Amino acid sequence: MTAETDPIAPETTDLPASLAEIVTDFAETDAGDRLQLLLEFSSELPDVPERYADHPELLEAVPECQSPIFLVTEVDNAEVGEEATVHLHFSAPPEAPTTRGFAGILHEGLDGQTAGTVLAIPADLPLRLSMTEIVSPLRLRGMSGMLARIQRQVAERIGKITAN
Amino acid sequence: MSTTIPADPTPKFADYADGSRLASTEWVAEHAGQPGLVIVESDEDVLLYETGHIPGAVKVDWHTELNDPVTRDYLDGEGFAKLLSAKGISREDTIVFYGDKSNWWAAYALWVFSLFGHEDVRLMDGGRAKWQEEGRELTTEKPTLEPSEYPVIDRDDSRIRAFLPEVRDTLGDLPLIDVRSPEEYSGERTHMPAYPEEGALRGGHIPGAQSVPWAKAANEDGTFRTADELREIYTDQAGLGTSDEVIAYCRIGERSSHTWFVLQHLLGYDNVRNYDGSWTEWGNAVRVPIATGSEAGEVPGR
Repeated sequence: MTAETDPIAPETTDLPASLAEIVTDFAETDAGDRLQLLLEFSSELPDVPERYADHPELLEAVPECQSPIFLVTEVDNAEVGEEATVHLHFSAPPEAPTTRGFAGILHEGLDGQTAGTVLAIPADLPLRLSMTEIVSPLRLRGMSGMLARIQRQVAERIGKITAN
Repeated sequence: MSTTIPADPTPKFADYADGSRLASTEWVAEHAGQPGLVIVESDEDVLLYETGHIPGAVKVDWHTELNDPVTRDYLDGEGFAKLLSAKGISREDTIVFYGDKSNWWAAYALWVFSLFGHEDVRLMDGGRAKWQEEGRELTTEKPTLEPSEYPVIDRDDSRIRAFLPEVRDTLGDLPLIDVRSPEEYSGERTHMPAYPEEGALRGGHIPGAQSVPWAKAANEDGTFRTADELREIYTDQAGLGTSDEVIAYCRIGERSSHTWFVLQHLLGYDNVRNYDGSWTEWGNAVRVPIATGSEAGEVPGR
């Protein structure tokens, strides 16, 4: 049951260039090699900075993922609202490489983007990564959970919504 | 089991009903690579094998390889023959399964292989975590697979698999074991703690089911408890006694495969079935009764 390469290229026009490139890379990689590509994102995920490593309570858990992962967003100059720059940090153990891979994609695609860009990322992003068949829809839900939490945190930090 | 690969003589295993169904990490380290023996890794995390696996081990993924891509069911005989041929596994091979998460998915794969009557299937006691903990060798080098000619065998769902209508029609007659967490059993939540919501409309359990969370069968290091301890938990406390039929269920059938393995092979109950539809089916089905709270609950009259 190896997946065929998608005959239809996934939609990328509503994505920032960084994410569009990742989506295209996955689509153009042979189905058999896509796990390897995901593994590269997994290995390249940066460690959380020390200020968070010592304070795990500052990170938010993502229970939608099958394996434990924690994330936190930071926004430079929150007062400029949607123009503010977003930074992302993730913490996930090495025995959860799939979850780390999802985090690595979001990090490479979204770190350094503006708040407005992050908030505009469509919720179906995980389904555009050509991984539904090789990873399974259930596992991909974890990535949707991360994206939703990133967007909620960023909206809170620029004062667009109020944290409860 | 008729096989050319001898059983692991570890003394602990001799106390189980069929101790030849287990292999220790030491035994696997010693025997891996022997002709007729295939080591299969089956994990929850689809990338874990790629980060490093037991040298020579073959990967089988439950989500993407053992399920039918369209129907909620397992592969048919032809699909299974094609998969195993591609993995280089022969019908006579001894297979030792291991995996992450205390061997849930390894037990699940073992159970699916058993639906096709693959005879000599074993579990590595303690799974992947124990192997790693002991500092044993892992490699990222994938084995070169020599395709085999695995025969087309019809899947036999009648012996070790249970379906909703049978469970519903035998409520109150057959012992049922719910292996989920206490919170899922009582109905406080519909998914595992810290796990994704997998979509059940109601929380609770099948009326009359006894709660025995799967982890009761495992030690801290993921190995199985001793035969005496398991008898105490299932035969005495859960009241299975000398029942000749038992059905186990969980949420999608993976944790209950672990319990199925314990009841069937380690304790030797003759007629144990895994209800793989489990709570994601029962909790959503129309006009199917449920019970909430920590008690087994009343079985409604039929």
